Amino acid sequence: MSALQPPAQRIWWNEPVHRAELMWIGIALVWCLIMFFMMPFWHVFGNQNYSGEAYRTTPEQFSAKVEEMVDQYTVRRETARNFPVVAPPAGSDVYLLARLWDWYPILELKKGETYRLNISSMDWQHGLSIQPININSQVLPGYQKVLTITPTEAGEYALVCNEYCGILHHAMLGKIYVTE
Amino acid sequence: MSEQFRICPRSGLALHKPAETLIKANAVAAVVFLLVGGALGLLVALTRWPAVQLLGPDTFYQALTGHGVVTLLVWIIFFEVALLYFCSAVLLRCRLATPKIGWVAFLLMMVGAAITAVAILQGGSSVMFTSYVPMPAAPHFYLGLILFAVGALLACFIFLGTLVIAKEEKTYEGSLPLVTYGALTAAIIAIFTIATGAVILIPTFLWSIGYISEIDPLMYRVIWWGMGHSSQQINVAAMVAVWYAIAALVFGAKPLSEKVSRGAFLLYILFICIASAHHLLVDPGLGTEWKIFNTSYAMYLAVLASMIHGLTVPGAVEVAQREKGLDKGLFEWLRKAPWGNPVFSGMFISLVGFGFLGGISGVVMGAEQINFLIHNTIYVPGHFHGTVAVGTTLAFMAVTYWLVPVLFRRELVLPKLAQWQPYLFGIGTSLSAFFMMGAGTVGVSRRHWDMGFAGSAFEWEYSGVAYTMMALNGVSAVIAVIGGAAFVVVIVGSILFGKKIQEPSEYQATQPSPLVRPQETGGHGNVGAAGIVAPGTFVLALVLLVVFVVYYFINYGYLATVWHFS
Ligand code: HEM
Ligand SMILES: [Cu+2]
Ligand SMILES: [Cu+2]
Repeated sequence: MSALQPPAQRIWWNEPVHRAELMWIGIALVWCLIMFFMMPFWHVFGNQNYSGEAYRTTPEQFSAKVEEMVDQYTVRRETARNFPVVAPPAGSDVYLLARLWDWYPILELKKGETYRLNISSMDWQHGLSIQPININSQVLPGYQKVLTITPTEAGEYALVCNEYCGILHHAMLGKIYVTE
Repeated sequence: MSEQFRICPRSGLALHKPAETLIKANAVAAVVFLLVGGALGLLVALTRWPAVQLLGPDTFYQALTGHGVVTLLVWIIFFEVALLYFCSAVLLRCRLATPKIGWVAFLLMMVGAAITAVAILQGGSSVMFTSYVPMPAAPHFYLGLILFAVGALLACFIFLGTLVIAKEEKTYEGSLPLVTYGALTAAIIAIFTIATGAVILIPTFLWSIGYISEIDPLMYRVIWWGMGHSSQQINVAAMVAVWYAIAALVFGAKPLSEKVSRGAFLLYILFICIASAHHLLVDPGLGTEWKIFNTSYAMYLAVLASMIHGLTVPGAVEVAQREKGLDKGLFEWLRKAPWGNPVFSGMFISLVGFGFLGGISGVVMGAEQINFLIHNTIYVPGHFHGTVAVGTTLAFMAVTYWLVPVLFRRELVLPKLAQWQPYLFGIGTSLSAFFMMGAGTVGVSRRHWDMGFAGSAFEWEYSGVAYTMMALNGVSAVIAVIGGAAFVVVIVGSILFGKKIQEPSEYQATQPSPLVRPQETGGHGNVGAAGIVAPGTFVLALVLLVVFVVYYFINYGYLATVWHFS
């Protein structure tokens, strides 16, 4: 029962180590190193990264930006609640606001074009989950997160909120259209 | 001195009466809370089964907050306190330091848990156990957690105090036993964890009563996860200590080599993810270098530590079995293991489930970019039911079967049910974890009352696969809960009605004999093949590695097909 007893050798740290242990430690360590290098590798050679770009903001500042964009680029209105559908020019700063319990406004983007998507919350924490591609990201109040995105396929994408944000969290949906 | 010790007739362990009573109290409290937490888990899982959707949204979020707090904090930590006392006083044949403070700790934890429970029951604190600001909970929600943590901190100091007494009074020879060393690892991490928790929970409490005007949500997440992540490392260390203990109890297994096993425990302390980066990989406001470095410390040495234990624990069992003559082929030792003994079967399912379900998924989703695919989906609860439910909880259940006759001096009742229990709970929970991971992979959100989005201005339909996965999760959860209930029935039944053990074991005023080193030379018999003492385990470890590597690259492969972003 020696895991429940003191080591048999008083100087246990001089005991030889089993070959199986040494081999396994070696193999496992190599794998751990590969996993580490994979992350910077993907930053250089992969196309799905977040640079960490973010700014401090306030709900007032951020919603002013959103309204400015909505006023300029709204192309139509949709849903029973008359949500604006906004089609900003490629390459521009696009704003998406999270609030209890909406993603506002609806965005219409072009396939293959790049946009600087700015996201912030007006109130509590929210989670931006783009379906069905299943890309997920945290949204915090007071922080304006900039994710530079290039949609690669046309279609209708749902924005699900996947950070618990109160009683209607389950109803917090939004939409992005990607057109050819 | 009026120290009172008795010698357990079965195990030969020396039980200091005040220690024994405290261990019993903490363990019983733990089991009762497990019952509550499991019942809440059932309500949650049945609500997330789309065709059932048992609770309404308000009660669902309330039950989910309760489930997280009661299982992850209350059940596990009460049991860990019992383990700390056991691994110090009982294993070292020593008196427990300051039993009176032990009762203060127990009361603080009880009162704290009760206060937080009241806050949750009142309905104004359905904020989940993470209580992310600025969503507010009632002040006593935080207050209860703080009191609970203070109690747990006292228990850690009692553990350390007992180690000091044991050393001073020479109740053991040489170095600490490996199991106690593992418990020491857990206690050191716990002290660090609770200190971090104080740094965030106390200001949050002050904020909730209006003394502080604002808490930055990002700062909250960084520090909160400094506690939340390290506390999981406590659970891992305690679980691994229990694995080693069970290997020794059931098989008389000794560690392959003390140096490797102890070194691996040390890695847990040194490379614990202080900055908890893997919870924050898709957060704004943190730099890429910070994320990459802190999620891995450049080489994932805490992961390496678990991979080492994953080899050395079953490896020690294999060697012990081979030395008993079960030396044929690769797996005779495993085939002929006592699968009908819940102490062993629970431990082995815990080990395999922790490695294949909880371990692989945790490391994979902790890769910076893969986290985009998994963050806040129900994959995450899938992952940690693999670690804390199949891993830690089942390991604790297994060792409880062995502890009850030692502490309560009663035989187990319903041995047939006990025999089936680890399979029901282990397989039910593993399947549930697996299906949650599946549903998360196709996008289903965690902490979400309705995957049909009732009442939204928009519409979105998850795939049929997603719905099937969530239904299968519901079915598996029912099996898991039956298994959990069977555990409570057997344990509570045994404590109340088990046949009294007749062999005498009187309390005596004399100090028990000290714990001595075993006489053997330390080497292992001439077993195994190709210079490897545990070839079967080695092959199993390689299987794990292959699954791990393939699954890791499948995720990057999928990621490469989606939108580009930077
Ligand atoms: C007895 C069987 C159990 C069942 C059926 C069960 C079921 C569930 C389900 C379905 C969820 C996910 C809900 C969601 O995110 O929407 C969940 C969350 C959770 N479970 Fe369990 N669980 C069980 C046991 C445990 C145990 C033993 C532990 C810990 C030791 C545990 C800890 C947690 C935690 C921490 C959460 C996350 C809560 C949150 O997101 O705030 N569960 N459980
Ligand atoms: Cu939200
Ligand atoms: Cu939400």
